[in-house]
This record gives sequence, C-alpha cells and structure tokens, in this order.
Amino acid sequence: MTFLQLENLHRDFGTVKALNGINISLGEGEFLSLLGPSGCGKTTALRLVAGFDRPNQGRIVVDGKDVTSVAPNKRDMGMVFQAYSLFPNMTARQNVEFGLKIRGKSKGDRAKPVDDLLELVGLSHAVDRYPHQLSGGMQQRVALARALAIEPRVLLLDEPLSALDAKVRVQLREEIRRIQLELGITTLYVTHDQEEALAVSDHVAVMYGGVIEQMGTPTEMYTAPATPFVAEFIGTMNRLEATVVDGGSGEVEHGGMRLHVDAAKGRRNGERVLVLIRPESLELEAATNGGAPNSFNGEVLTQTFLGPVTRVKVTGTGTNLIADMSTARASALPVGARVSAKIPSEGAKLISLPDDGPGLPVLADDQ
Amino acid sequence: MKRPRISLSAVVWLLLAAAYFIIPLFATLLISLRSTQTGKCCVGANYAWVLHNGDFWHTLRLSALLALETIVISLVLFVPTIYLVHLKLPRLRPVLAFMALIPFIVPPIVMVVGLLRTFKGSPDWFYQKPWGFLAASYVILAFPYMFFSLDAGFRSIDVHTLTEASQSLGAKWPTTLFRVILPNIRAAALAASFLTLAIVMGEFTIANLAAFHTFPIFIQFVSESQGFPAGALTLMSFGITWAAMLSLLLVGRKRGQSSRIMAGAK
Amino acid sequence: MSGRRRLSLAWLGTLPFFAYAIAFLFVPAGSVLLGAFQDKNDNATLDNIRLLFHHPYIDAYQTSIEISLVTALLGGVCGLFIAYAALRDGTPAWVRSILTTFSGVAANFGGIPLAFAFIASLGPLGIVTVFLKDHLHFDLYGHNFAIYSKLGVEITYMYFQLPLMILVIAPAIDGLRKEWREAASNLGAKQWQFWRYVGLPVLMPSILGAMILLFGNAFAAYATAYSLSSGSVNLVPILIGAYYSGNVLDNPHLAQAMAFGMFVVLAAMMLLYIPLQRRAARWAK
Repeated sequence: MTFLQLENLHRDFGTVKALNGINISLGEGEFLSLLGPSGCGKTTALRLVAGFDRPNQGRIVVDGKDVTSVAPNKRDMGMVFQAYSLFPNMTARQNVEFGLKIRGKSKGDRAKPVDDLLELVGLSHAVDRYPHQLSGGMQQRVALARALAIEPRVLLLDEPLSALDAKVRVQLREEIRRIQLELGITTLYVTHDQEEALAVSDHVAVMYGGVIEQMGTPTEMYTAPATPFVAEFIGTMNRLEATVVDGGSGEVEHGGMRLHVDAAKGRRNGERVLVLIRPESLELEAATNGGAPNSFNGEVLTQTFLGPVTRVKVTGTGTNLIADMSTARASALPVGARVSAKIPSEGAKLISLPDDGPGLPVLADDQ
Repeated sequence: MKRPRISLSAVVWLLLAAAYFIIPLFATLLISLRSTQTGKCCVGANYAWVLHNGDFWHTLRLSALLALETIVISLVLFVPTIYLVHLKLPRLRPVLAFMALIPFIVPPIVMVVGLLRTFKGSPDWFYQKPWGFLAASYVILAFPYMFFSLDAGFRSIDVHTLTEASQSLGAKWPTTLFRVILPNIRAAALAASFLTLAIVMGEFTIANLAAFHTFPIFIQFVSESQGFPAGALTLMSFGITWAAMLSLLLVGRKRGQSSRIMAGAK
Repeated sequence: MSGRRRLSLAWLGTLPFFAYAIAFLFVPAGSVLLGAFQDKNDNATLDNIRLLFHHPYIDAYQTSIEISLVTALLGGVCGLFIAYAALRDGTPAWVRSILTTFSGVAANFGGIPLAFAFIASLGPLGIVTVFLKDHLHFDLYGHNFAIYSKLGVEITYMYFQLPLMILVIAPAIDGLRKEWREAASNLGAKQWQFWRYVGLPVLMPSILGAMILLFGNAFAAYATAYSLSSGSVNLVPILIGAYYSGNVLDNPHLAQAMAFGMFVVLAAMMLLYIPLQRRAARWAK
C-alpha cells in the first residue's frame, strides 16, 4: 500500500532541469535512499517533499492526500538536515521539545517523550548541553530526536552523515536504521555514498541528471545494474565494450578475443553491449602456456593492499581489468607476473549500448 | 513556480530610510546652487568660489598630507608589531586588543585634554607643527581601526607556515617580511589606510582644540561666515569621504576580504 | 641562536610600539584621569568630582546620557529593521550593496558638514521646514521645534547612528542560518514563532552589543554637537571643549574631572559590551 508518492515531479531553475519527471512510491514503514552524485537532483526532490520548494509539475501524495501546495510547517514531516540545523540558543533537550512546544503541549506532557527519544538516540547524558558543546555526531543525533519528537508521518534525511568522520558515519547509519525499524516510520534518505545507501535501505533509487536511472533493492542494484551509469556508480565494476557474434551460444567479441557469456544468449548478432564483471568474480591465475579458456592474458600492473583483500590491476592488449582477491593469494602474483584472468560466463552481466550513442559515462578516473 | 518577491514591510522601511538619508543631501545641494546675490537657484558660483579659494587648497593639502603621514607612521609601527605578536608572542594579542579599545573609552575630546597637558612643555618643532603633535595624535586615533583590520588580515593567513616556508628556502627576516608577509596582508593594510584617510580628513575635535588649521576647520570657518558656499564645501567633503570609502570597498572586494567599517569623526 | 634569546629579541621588537603607546596613549589618558583628582595647587582632592554632581555639570551629563540612550535605542531598532529589510529573501541584491556602501560613507559623515546639511533641511529656512509651511500648512518652528535643540541633535545624530547599526548588525543577520528557519518551519513553527524562539534570541547579544556601541558613539561625539548646539544644548563634550576655547573655567582640573566622568560612563559600557560579544560569537559557530 503506497504511503508516500512522488508523481511525475518536474523542477526547473531557468533553463536547467533539476528534476525531469520523477516517480517514486513508498510503502508505509519503508526506507528508500535517493542515491547519486552532486547535482543529480536528489536534494531538490527531498526539498519538494518537505515543502521548501514547489514543483513546476507533478504531485506529492501522502497517505492518499495531495500535499503539493501545503505549507512546510503543516506537512507533518520530520527533517534532518546535513549540518548546522540545531537552534544554538537552546540545549539539546530544548531543541528536541521545540516541535511539541509549538504544538501547545504543556511542560509536563513534553518531558517524557523527549527524555525517551534522547535515550533512544543515546544522549541521555548530554541533554542540557548546547550545540556548540556537542560533537558533530552528537548534534546529528539530537537533530534526529528532534525530527522524531513530533511523531511525523514521513522522515526525511538530507545527507545527514556527510559532514561526519568516517567511523562515526558507519556507526550512526546503523543506529538510524535501527531506530527507523523500531518506530516503523516511512523514510526518504538522500546520500551520495553508495555504500551507505546499500547498507541501510529497503530500496535504492539511483539518480542522474534529474531522472531515476534505476530503482530496486540493494542486492538488485549491485548484482544487476540496468544502465552503464548505475554499473559505474555502485561498487567497482569491470566494463568491456563488446559485440555479440553468436546470440545462439552466447558469444561476444572484445578486442579480437571471443568470450563466452551466458547473458548474451538470445541477443541479436552485431549488437553492441557492455560486459560487466565484478572484481571479486574475476579469477586470476598464473599464466600457463596454453592459456585458460574464456580468459584474458596479461601482466600484473599494480597491487593495492586494502586490508582483508588486495586489488590487483591487470593489463593486457588494450584491456585493463581489476580483480579482488585475498591478500594471501595475491602475494603469489607479484607486479610483473604474467597472469590469465578468467571471465565467469555465468557471473558476467550484459547491458545494451546504443548503437551509435555516447559511450560509457566517465565518472572516476579510469581504473 | 514560486519566486520570492520583496515584502511590503521591507519596501516601506527601505523607502523611509532612503528619504531620511537623501533629503539632507538634497537640501545641501539646493543651498550650494543658490546665488549669493539673488538668494535663489541655480548657479555654480559657489563651487567656483570654493575651487578658487586658496585656503581651500591649502587646508585640503595639509589634511591630505597629514593623513599620509599618519598612515605611514601607523603602518611602520603596527605591522611589524602585530606580525611579531602573531608569530612569537600570541599572549600579547589580548593586550593589544584591549589597548585598541581604549580610544573608544577615552574619546578624542578627552584625549586632546591629556595630550595638550602632557606635551605642553615639548619643543616647538613638535608641539606647534601639525606634522608633530597632530600626526602623533592621529596615529593613536587610527590605532583601533588599524589594529582590527591588520589583525584580521594576519589571522586569515597562516603566519607560521608562511614564515617557516620562507626561512626553509633560505630567506632572511627582511626578505620574509617584505616579500612574503606584506603582499599577503596587502588588502587589510589598504583597507585600514583608506579608513585612516577618511578619519583624518574629517577629524575636527583635536584639530579644533589644539588650534591647527586643517580642512575640517576650514569647513567650519566657512560655514560660520558664508552660507551658500558652505553648502558646496559640505557636499565636496562628503564626496571626498565617499571616494575614499569606495576605494576601500573596491580593494576589499577584489581580495575577497570584508572589513567592518566603523564610524570615525563626528 | 637559542630559543630563549630569540624570544627576548621578539619582545624588543615590540618596544617601539609600546613606547609610542605609553607616550601618546597611556600618559595623556592617565594625566587626565589623575588630574581630575587634583586641585589648583596639585594637591589630591575629590572636590572636582563632587562639583560634577551640581549644575550645570550634572545637567550636561543627564542631557548627554539621554541623547545617547535615545539615539542608541531608536537607531538600534530602526537600523535593525532597515538592515533586515535589505537582507531578507525577496529583496534584490543591489539594494544590499547600495545600503552597505552608503552606510560606510554615512557612518563617517559627521561634524560640521552633517550639521550644515540638517540645518539646510530642518533649520528655520530649511527646505523641509519651508515645504511643510508652504504646502502642508504646518509651521514647524511655530510648534516649538528648533534644529538647535535636544530633539534636533537627536535627529541629526541618527544620520551616523543608523548606518553604524546597519553595518554592525548585518553580519549577525547573515549569520542566521537558513537551516534554522527551515528546521523551525518543518517542526511546525509559523514565522513569528521562529523569530520569538530562535531568531531574536540568537540576535539579541549582537543587537545589545551594537546598541552599546551606538551609545558610546553618541556620547563621545563632539564636532556635530558643537556646530548644532552653539550653547543651547548642554553636553559634556561641549563643556570640556568650551574650557579650551578660552573662558568659562579657571580650574583646568575641572575639565579633567568632566573627562574622567566621561571615561567612567564609557568604561561601564565597555564592561557590558565584552561579554555580550563573546556570547554572540559563540552562537555564531
């Protein structure tokens, strides 16, 4: 049952189309992340839902009621901003009870809910401190408690963790998810950190250039990206431009080599495709003279130690590949060693490329 | 689509402010254009009178040179001191900040009393000449504005890192000061200088009580003796202050630093 | 060179500055403050101070303080509204630029030229006076108004008080983060509730600090009062100046006592100002 619906939202700023037709449906209690790089329109969308901005076109519906033209202070939504949103002249407790005070609740009625919430976010020991006396992580906890105090129908979070240290970020995102599950509140979460989105959400919507590229569960987004952009944005991905040569048996051709990819079965010959392989699915072995089937031959270019895993970059004729393997195994393949990289025929995914369209979106510098 | 529009109350307040500020200037303009013969509008004779008046140029030049002297002495005195404090003696900074507040607690009208008393017995070349007594007093008057501006400038650059980098590359102290530090506080120093210029050009209290013949004294004399030309003179002095301030703002904006401009002579 | 020696060299480097400050700031200021407690024969006495509490000196202090309070409060409140009008959402950016530039100049526009401009406007033959009489049939001077009065001084002082307030409060208004407004609205607050619970409380230390600055500014003003009052308005700086212009008092220590009185009032203001500034800075973080 849809609780929050964004219907065909458009927002233009002059000639710039910040949002170009967004459609999202959230069930009650669901946690959806809007994920994408700066400028993709995710914050614009969130601010439309909150009411700080009006769309040029489209509607926002909450629990069956159209709230598109309702003032922000009447929408009954709780918002957590990225930073600096706590009122500096009030203590943590006074900040949290602000919404209740506005609604006319007496001091006695306010005390217990506020105390409970502060305990929920783990700040019972700091209730009488002022924002400038709190660390960044603590401030965001107060901001969360403050947003929840009014018992909103929808919880909105605008990159709440971006301004915090890495370790605090990981800790807090889990707490946010825990609290959200406990309270069962419908949540819209904006972030540019794909790891964060995958870790806490029920569904993820990847946005780019004002449109939603793909929406699905974290697993779907990771294992089956539907567009080149999504493939590039989520996790690290090896991408090989190839052409289907035999749609019957599932063979593609890349850089002179023929590869067997199950996903190519049923495609028409001559179709331009992108072969996607996750680094952890690529099998690297020391090269034997004959060369393994369905493999690229090359040489180890660099090794990057990442802790439990080592990222090995292999370069072959016109192809660069990245493989993630356990550090122990990687030590057997030092820089310069000749290796063969086996493409997993079932593990590789395929995305169609337009025949003459733009190639791959360039995001990070080439792997 | 919603586009924020100016609110009605804002328009009311701004129009009232505009009226209050413009009317006196407009009145002065009208007076300045009145002929001394007919008492009516509109002639440029008053402006011609001012521009042909020897005393006008004499006092204007005196005040301008005084301002220059004050600026030079102030910079020579304050820049190395504030640099030293930021670099080596950070605990002195609150002392300096406190001292910079003293001219607000002991205003010019009080200072001039003390200055006259203290230096009554000093040699004529100092006490009787504007280049001595008056300039020395003006340096103290300018000190708060100089300090806050230069201090902000020094705080916005990393004094330690710059100095150490310069020294590690082999530079000696004078080189470090002149070629590394000074260019980086140029905007703050310029802003403080223009402010000092405006203050000295408008300073009346000390000059009046110590009987020196500066530009503001000339303006007072004219306004007591000649009605209409005084209007022309008033507008011209306003224009001179404006020119100094505009230069300050242009300099400040170019370097992206904003200095808090505070009131000077009243 | 050892670190210890380098440090003493640094102290030496500040010597010219402190020598100058002692000669031209502390000694003169000190001599005034000390001279207040001396009699004609240089013996210690409190007579001068006691005399301050009598006419006409106590009247001068009363008038000076009254004018300073009025222009500080009025200038403070009006300056706040004008600054907010220029800075708020919806007002075009050029309004702010013009206001800031003009305030920078007007805050320095004082003394004779300012007095002249107001005499030209509101004097007996001023254009506003004439306009009111001829077109609105309202005789300003018939109703007991004069530019050479306490009220006239107050109206004139506003010309540099308002800009000073605008310049000082503008950064504080800028410091009101957009997030606070949006958070308050999101939590259900209307406009006035935001101002009552968040906006004004956060601005208050800056507003009070600015008003104190305005008070000191008006209290210490000499040149403008000099050209406007010419004896009809009794102000402390005028009295002090009158001594040095020749006549009135034959006891120089009395002038110094008056200066001491000014110092006390202004020092008290500063003691209030410093903690307010610190509070304002803390909330601006």
